Amino acid sequence: MASLGDLERSVMDLLWDSAEPLTANDLRDALAALGTDAKELAVTTVLTVLARLEKKGLVARERSTRPHRYTASSSREDHTVGLLNDALGTAQDREAVLARFIGGISADEAVSLRAILDSVKTV
Amino acid sequence: MLLTSYFLAALAIVLAWPTPLALSKAKWTARAPVAAVLLWQAIALGGGLSMIGSMLVWGLTPLGNDLISALHAGWLLVTGDTSVQYPGVVHLFALSTALLFAFHLVLTLVRASWRTTLQRARHRQLLRLLSNPSQTRPNTLVLDHDLPVAYCVPGFNGSVTVLSKGLLTQLSAEEQRAVISHENSHLDQRHDLLILAFTAWNEALPWLPTSRLALDAVRQLIEMLADDKALEVVARPVLLRAIVSVASSIASVGAPKNASSAATGEVVGMPGGEVSSRRLQRLLSPVAPLNRLQNFVVLSCTVLLLVCPTVLLIAPRLLSW
Repeated sequence: MASLGDLERSVMDLLWDSAEPLTANDLRDALAALGTDAKELAVTTVLTVLARLEKKGLVARERSTRPHRYTASSSREDHTVGLLNDALGTAQDREAVLARFIGGISADEAVSLRAILDSVKTV
Repeated sequence: MLLTSYFLAALAIVLAWPTPLALSKAKWTARAPVAAVLLWQAIALGGGLSMIGSMLVWGLTPLGNDLISALHAGWLLVTGDTSVQYPGVVHLFALSTALLFAFHLVLTLVRASWRTTLQRARHRQLLRLLSNPSQTRPNTLVLDHDLPVAYCVPGFNGSVTVLSKGLLTQLSAEEQRAVISHENSHLDQRHDLLILAFTAWNEALPWLPTSRLALDAVRQLIEMLADDKALEVVARPVLLRAIVSVASSIASVGAPKNASSAATGEVVGMPGGEVSSRRLQRLLSPVAPLNRLQNFVVLSCTVLLLVCPTVLLIAPRLLSW
């Protein structure tokens, strides 16, 4: 049996890859088709995972339809850019990520440094 | 008691203003980053201790000849013993200020660590959904993005290094080794705790410009420390090439303006195409580390900065002749 964390990831992957909103049943079927360990997955488990993801702000629920349909609240790319913003120190909260590799080096300096290294190489 | 409090106050002022200012300008720190980081910690700790200590000791002066007897008298006063003389409003004010200030420092530290913990939890949660564990390296996640990025997310239950796919495809194997050992040394040496302490110090004393200097200096120094570790596994030119690849491709895609370099001030590139950051300077033209005597002097200062206020607080009789 896959852990909740693994299931969250599989559900997110399905929602990200899907062009249209999915119901819990759709997701259960898709998960069952995906792998062996998701075979006896109950719809209630999928609903639990979706509730958790919704609480974390990763999933949006359409309440107008029955059964409810779910979408990813923002794209995979947007989330990746968010992570990179944390990492590059462009986000407001700069402590989340410690010292990125280019810490303390500005863009201008990178250009100058490249010039210096290139000149060393050609000599 | 009175002399002790004056001495502690003088020490607090020296550690709050001229000392950090001089240290942030000192050139030798690039030659001995370990000693420099220790000295910065001693300055912050010793400064806080003497700031609180001077007010505490002065406030307690009417109650006794040394800290222990004064605290005892203070306790009797609080519990309603009428035989103890009431110390007067000015001294009580100093006492409350000392207590409030100590409370403020601790509270800021707690708040900063709580906030950082939450941010990291959020970041890790997204990483779990977006990254894949590296096939070849332990505790390493690979993020699917073309920008070459490497960083680490520290945590008490398992720190991780995050590398982007761009980093793995655009850097040579040697350059990747440089990046990874740099990042790992941040994690091994728990640099996150250092940054946390100095961030909290800076937040607690926003009116003290030198607390900002301390934070920036420590940020630079930990990068130097990590560079030194990376140089144990790769040659200097490899590390430099890795830095330049990562820094310039991030610059070329016009990544949002880097907040830290704007704030650090010191690392802004010169128009003439010079390299001004000390981290790069010491990589480009290596300088000899401090010799044993110099190191000894720095370490002695570090120890003295911590021992002096502590001894004065605990044994003020030494000065109350």
